[in-house]
Amino acid sequence: MADRIAGFSETNPETQAFWDAAKEGKFLIKKCTACGKSHWYPRAICPFCMSEKTEWVQASGRGKIYSYSHMARANPPFTIAYVTLAEGPTMMTNIVDTDAAKLKIGADVKLVFKPSEKEYPVPMFTAA
Amino acid sequence: MSLRGKSYIMGAFEHPTRKATDKSVAQLHAECAIGALADAGLTKDDIDGYFCAGDAPGLGPLSMVDYMNLKVRHVDSTDVGGSSYQVAVGHATEAIAAGRCNVALITLAGRPRSEGMATGTAPRAGNPAQPDVQFEYPYAPTVVNMYAMCAARHMYEYGTTSEQLAWIKVAASHHAQHNPNAMLRDVVTVQDVVNSPMVSTPLHRLDCCVISDGGGALIVTSPEIAKTLKRPLVKVIGVGEAPKGQMGGMVDLTYSGARFSGKAAFDMAGVKPSDMKFAAIYDSFTITVLMQLEDLGFCEKGQGGKFVSDGNLISGVGKLPFNTDGGGLCNNHPSNRGGITKIIEAVRQLRGEAHPAVQVKNCDLAIAHGTGGSLGSRHGSSTVILERE
Repeated sequence: MADRIAGFSETNPETQAFWDAAKEGKFLIKKCTACGKSHWYPRAICPFCMSEKTEWVQASGRGKIYSYSHMARANPPFTIAYVTLAEGPTMMTNIVDTDAAKLKIGADVKLVFKPSEKEYPVPMFTAA
Repeated sequence: MSLRGKSYIMGAFEHPTRKATDKSVAQLHAECAIGALADAGLTKDDIDGYFCAGDAPGLGPLSMVDYMNLKVRHVDSTDVGGSSYQVAVGHATEAIAAGRCNVALITLAGRPRSEGMATGTAPRAGNPAQPDVQFEYPYAPTVVNMYAMCAARHMYEYGTTSEQLAWIKVAASHHAQHNPNAMLRDVVTVQDVVNSPMVSTPLHRLDCCVISDGGGALIVTSPEIAKTLKRPLVKVIGVGEAPKGQMGGMVDLTYSGARFSGKAAFDMAGVKPSDMKFAAIYDSFTITVLMQLEDLGFCEKGQGGKFVSDGNLISGVGKLPFNTDGGGLCNNHPSNRGGITKIIEAVRQLRGEAHPAVQVKNCDLAIAHGTGGSLGSRHGSSTVILERE
């Protein structure tokens, strides 16, 4: 069965760099140089200390499944998940190209960019 | 200043419809207002405060105030989804205590069933300016798969089972059989629930609430006005509200904002969970109930599965009768927002006006708890504790 084509909303000035990098196959997250913490979803202003000194850093693309849910009755079926990145933050995503019956919370996953309905690919994960 | 005892819920009305193809949303709001006013023994001209949320058509409260032609001096349209109505009771109590109004009307109505809305299973794009949307919409978050991820994590952390979750639906169905307006009146078993089609792992169809048209309304008054009315006195003794989200990426799906809103309400009321004779708990899904019971302090975190098993939530059978109208799981979830119906059933129980088959004996203390938005991403949580005076 064909993969679900990811929907896409809109970029904005705060996030354009993330999506431009995605087009080049780079997965960025935001890190605060004031408090040193990484966060998700990316913001100009750190959600932990409210510093404006946040910078884009390239993430490893490695993570573990925090939770997931598979919708076999959707057309086409898909799996939504939260993945905890090696850098710390947990992000909403899809698990793709993996047998849903074999998924486990805690399992290692790695980044794969998948096309969306617009020009920007979106970060998803597959079994590592 | 404590808000304890500063207001009373003197009118409560649940619209009997579950499918309203022949009515408008505004009309349903107004019909609920008529019902609650009649219940309280008040008239339209007595209302001086109006409270609604995002289900009210128009800009905040403005269109509904104009439709009903209300002359009010205080309005509030705080929208935190299905938990908005517990918040409205709290905010109405604040307004009454501050002298900003004396008779507050709260309404909810909607018709997702008539409009054929795929409430639980359809991803919605939302407003692109909402900062999380561009990082979530691509992954097709729906109502059900978000709550399902909470259930999956709860099972992983605490060993909670589908059978334990099923007991929550079983209890609701035992109550709904006595409610002639309930959408699902057949008593179901644990096996019925776990054998129903899997919608979004690990939640089955019968783990989900109904999709219904309808609505409800409440009249909240000052103590002075309450004591002039002929209805039983249902006093607001505790309120609390707390939003919870993804915490900058430190996502923790094992608990809800009820941990905070419940504590605030219990502290204000000066009572504890074990004092509650009846619990109205938001039940969009079975997992919603289980997590909120833990977070409100009815049992230890992680022990919710054991707590709800073996009929413990069934009136006359278990220790904590819950949602004796059948709740959102079996009775009614008007406008996809179940907060107000929780308060309405709590008021019925405290008045002794619940169905005799499910009425709790000597019901003098009750909790009505709401969750709004998505437990799996960002949600509102709100708690009201009520006492029969």
